[in-house]
Amino acid sequence: MSNPTYTAIFYLFAAITVFSAAFVVFSRNVIYSAFSLLFTFFGIAALYVFLSADFIAVTQVVVYVGGILVLLLFGVMFTNNIMDTDLKTDVLHAIPGTFLFLGILAALLFTFYTTNGWMPSDTQLQGSVVERIGFETMSRYVLPFEMASILLLAALIGAAFLARYDNGGTNEH
Amino acid sequence: MDQTLSEFGNVFVFFLLGVVFVAGGYLTARMLRPSRPNPVKTSTYECGEEAVGSAWVKFNIRFYVVALIFIIFDVEVVFLFPWATVFRQLGSFALVEALVFAGILILGLVYAWVKGDLDWVRPTPSVPKMPEMPASKSTSQRD
Repeated sequence: MSNPTYTAIFYLFAAITVFSAAFVVFSRNVIYSAFSLLFTFFGIAALYVFLSADFIAVTQVVVYVGGILVLLLFGVMFTNNIMDTDLKTDVLHAIPGTFLFLGILAALLFTFYTTNGWMPSDTQLQGSVVERIGFETMSRYVLPFEMASILLLAALIGAAFLARYDNGGTNEH
Repeated sequence: MDQTLSEFGNVFVFFLLGVVFVAGGYLTARMLRPSRPNPVKTSTYECGEEAVGSAWVKFNIRFYVVALIFIIFDVEVVFLFPWATVFRQLGSFALVEALVFAGILILGLVYAWVKGDLDWVRPTPSVPKMPEMPASKSTSQRD
């Protein structure tokens, strides 16, 4: 990370992530929030690339940008009066919120400054980790791999059951 | 690490080019075009129709189930992608494992299919009844 170009690109993506995430929170319009979340997800994918986690980065784009965000936009579009609704809560616990914020910030900074180094890996990874993940899932982690499919099956059936639009038994035909 | 980063550097170049291309197009258009708006010009264009209301209409809830099922198979692809890169070196064992993996998920697809979650919402057109034509040829022949 000594290369200044890498550092500049890293801070560019970090800024994109932080500012779009802030926009998600502060925007009064839920649609703008949802679209801003797109940039947050992309920025996080770029940060994964900087962590040499290329597979996670691509997964982030495929699943979060391609799937979760579309689902979220659908969810937004199912609601009535999207553009008119002014998202503003009346519940503002300013003082407890400030204490909570300062506490979490202090805890994070304390950990950040008292941790002795970041335990860098001895071996530098060369090339993509995707093939290594493929080998590992097919050798040591075969059972979790198959369990994941059962988990996905349960998720599919549960999701389809819960989200099914039942309009008076026409699904039975 | 540097090798992986430089490979994603290509992606970054495409990203930058995309941003520059779009932003440059907007910028040159803004510099070149005359700005003389009037109410007709600034109205939303729709061919042959007067645009009414907002474009943000309520979607049919059926899309939601389809999107949920899509996400499940999206995640399945993520699981199968590392397998696909090394599948030739691992042979038949890996093939069987992946078939079992896909087979379990196909059960879910069959479930959703049988339950009618994948059926698209079809419009049910109500055919307007034609007024009876007493002297019509076709009705007299059918009688």
